[in-house]
Amino acid sequence: MSTDRGRIRITGFDADRVESREPLSDWTETRDTETEGRWTRAWREFRRNRSAMLGLYIVIAMSLLALFARPITIAGVTVQPFSLAPYDPGAILYAQGLDVSAYEAPSLAHPFGTDGSARDVFSRVLYGGRFSLSIGFIVVFVTAAIGLVYGAVAGYYGGWVDEVMMRVLDLIFAFPGLLLALIIVAVLGKGYWELVLAFTAIGWAGYARLIRGEILKVKENEYVLAAKALGARDRRVIFRHVVPNAIAPLIVQASLSIGTVVIGVAALGFLGLGLPPSSAEWGTMLDQTRQTIVQGPGGSIPWWVTVFPGGAIFLFVMSMNLIGDGINDALDAQEGEDVARGGEV
Amino acid sequence: MSLRRFIAVRVAATIPILFGVSVLTFALVHLTPGDPIDQMVALNPQISPAEEAAIRARYGLDGPVWQQYLTWMSNVLQGNLGTVISVDQPVLPYIMARLPETIALGLFGWAIALLISIPTGIYAAVNKDTLGDDLSRVFALSGISLPNFWLGLMLILVFALWLDLWPVLAPDKPLLSAEMLWYLVLPGVTIGTASSATLMRVMRSSMAEEMNKEYVTAARAKGLPERTVVLKHVLRNSLISVTTIAAFLTASIFAGAVVVEQVFAWPGLGRAFVGAIIGREVDLIMAITLFTGVTIILANLLADIMYAVLDPRIRYD
Repeated sequence: MSTDRGRIRITGFDADRVESREPLSDWTETRDTETEGRWTRAWREFRRNRSAMLGLYIVIAMSLLALFARPITIAGVTVQPFSLAPYDPGAILYAQGLDVSAYEAPSLAHPFGTDGSARDVFSRVLYGGRFSLSIGFIVVFVTAAIGLVYGAVAGYYGGWVDEVMMRVLDLIFAFPGLLLALIIVAVLGKGYWELVLAFTAIGWAGYARLIRGEILKVKENEYVLAAKALGARDRRVIFRHVVPNAIAPLIVQASLSIGTVVIGVAALGFLGLGLPPSSAEWGTMLDQTRQTIVQGPGGSIPWWVTVFPGGAIFLFVMSMNLIGDGINDALDAQEGEDVARGGEV
Repeated sequence: MSLRRFIAVRVAATIPILFGVSVLTFALVHLTPGDPIDQMVALNPQISPAEEAAIRARYGLDGPVWQQYLTWMSNVLQGNLGTVISVDQPVLPYIMARLPETIALGLFGWAIALLISIPTGIYAAVNKDTLGDDLSRVFALSGISLPNFWLGLMLILVFALWLDLWPVLAPDKPLLSAEMLWYLVLPGVTIGTASSATLMRVMRSSMAEEMNKEYVTAARAKGLPERTVVLKHVLRNSLISVTTIAAFLTASIFAGAVVVEQVFAWPGLGRAFVGAIIGREVDLIMAITLFTGVTIILANLLADIMYAVLDPRIRYD
């Protein structure tokens, strides 16, 4: 028996006979053809990590609570009719004829008590998630995208381009992020999109530095040389061949930075430079409680106005960090066990 | 490269960054629409345009932006950082009066961070994957996730309001008085917690890495007690990585001071900065920003040099 394969003549080998042999192991052909994607494998790993899954459930729950806290109306059309928060977060309850006073301790009617303006703290904490969470996710998405492009260009081209681009980063790293954010907000004024811009302006540099380092490692691979040899353009080489192989640490970093941004936004709110003073943003709520402590509450201490909004920030950031650690383990993005976690800016 | 050459090159590389930092500081602040003079005019409508121009000229707020930058820079280099307009006082003594308070706070935070992180980091690395290691991991994760302003408020709530061990606000006393130093404990713990959590994890992983090296096996093989191996051989090598993040932590302590000083009404630079932002004190904002940037750059430079001194291999890279 012989088989012709090109110009090479193979003898003494019968494919049919090999196929029909007794299996030596339970290894099967079908299993091998179904290769498991990297992301499928990572997700399987992630699901096995109990603390990361706990974090994921908490983040999902908090996001849903914020989303369904009050109805959402866009251009007169109610797109989200549910209202989980029992009261309007901005409503001063005694002004509405309700029998509620300022600084009422937690009770069944008001699970988190009422604040200094007789507003329902529970409703405000639920609703406040909207500000912090949405700013966190938007900023991280935008900064990761900017940092990815910037770092990829710097790392791929190298030379003086890299040198100049990296010196710009050094400048940003010379200041504590919070300080720059404060100045930017002072320049632009208070408000939601101003906060987004301020945290975007300071946030992208970290991703740029990270992705540049990864690109420097990846671009030495032979497949990059092969792609270039086949005549692929720089843009194609960068975004089809280099970036996908360098992206795992970026995803880990992004998941950990959401916490950093949320704390930063709350810190600005706490300093009175975030959103307008009456808004139900977590940090802004804490700013008002600091004033009550300073002025002396007279008799009982309204601990609930401090504990609950701050607890919400802590719970969210902690859960995000658990998720980030889980992603890090699942993607095996960094060899060491320690990545810079999302914390204070 | 010799050590001296390495230091010379690093110092030379710092100069353009210092220049960039001054430009960025100036540019950021001068994007601000309106200046204190506008506010002053808005509050006092009787000021005539001629008087307004005279005030502007007095504070150097007329002329094109690049010229203002050069004027500002040459003034800064001569030690003239401008005026705090609201109290009509030069910026430099204003900052100098508040600097010791912030430095005391930062040092205290650093001390707490080191006191907590080094022993727990060593313990966690030596007893890897035991209950103690897991607890240290939980502590680190919580420490990093705690917003410092909330931690500060909670400390006030528990230790000042409920237990009555500390006054609620910083007493208005000179820094080196017993009351002030006692009060420093609360803000010090607040500012040190996040740093100690980061530092502890770095300590643990660098210790764990060193423990796997051959010189450790050699030290054990020649019969040294485990205590000596860990504290004399491993610890000294793993402290090198702590110095590398020291500069980063200095920056985070600075940022922390802005918030923590506000919580505890601590009369330092951070509180002055927030006040400057709210009152649009342009000279003061620029001075504090520039000061912070320069401090962090110098801290980075120092960390690099320390690293080269402690680990001679780095110079030949």
